[in-house]
Amino acid sequence: MDLLSLVHIILPLLIVVAAGFAVLLRDLISCTIALAAMSLLLSLEFYILHAPDVAIAEAGVGACITTAIIILAISMTKREEDER
Amino acid sequence: MSEMSKIVRSISNLLLPFILIYGFYIILHGHLTPGGGFQGGAVVASGLIMVLVAYGSERFASWVKEKHLSILESVGALGFISLAFLGLSTAFFYNFLAGKGGLFGDIPPEGSNPGALNTAGTLPLMNLAVGLKVIAGLASIVLVMGLASHYFRQEEKNDT
Repeated sequence: MDLLSLVHIILPLLIVVAAGFAVLLRDLISCTIALAAMSLLLSLEFYILHAPDVAIAEAGVGACITTAIIILAISMTKREEDER
Repeated sequence: MSEMSKIVRSISNLLLPFILIYGFYIILHGHLTPGGGFQGGAVVASGLIMVLVAYGSERFASWVKEKHLSILESVGALGFISLAFLGLSTAFFYNFLAGKGGLFGDIPPEGSNPGALNTAGTLPLMNLAVGLKVIAGLASIVLVMGLASHYFRQEEKNDT
């Protein structure tokens, strides 16, 4: 097994871990950072799948602009999630 | 959103020119390398949004008016569609500048080459128009969201 196929296995697992953090964390700012990390890893995955066009768009829109919009929305509500 | 600390503001001042140059590089090399109008515009807009988050939306709105962003977006759309209509004597979206010499009119050399920038006719101009539209659109979305949150917080303060 060469290095690239190893990366093809590890990177989707990291994406799933980051998405799980985004769902499970209580602090909403931490959730947003986890979502940005997931977006960045997803753009890396697009790059190793030979789609650099999509990777640049994902890194610009997903990791930066979406994060800024979500943080602006959180600043209008409260930071912590309610206890269930 | 209120202003952030001096460290954040200095770092955003330092990083802004590099992000802008990288974004415009992606836009102008859209016909040669991966990327193009949308991708480069998103990179430039993310640089502007970094400044907005660092300095607060009220101060950013005193530098960049929402009206000016709206005008820039209209200029991008009108430039794209008028470039498409200029080639109408042959066909809609006809590339009337390619291979004529002059602006973006060189014929690219055969075989693998390092990338001749002055080629491809109307495509770089259309990339530039799409880039302007994407920059203005994405920046105005976040600017309006920041100003609205500021407005509603003022209103809550007045109520209590």
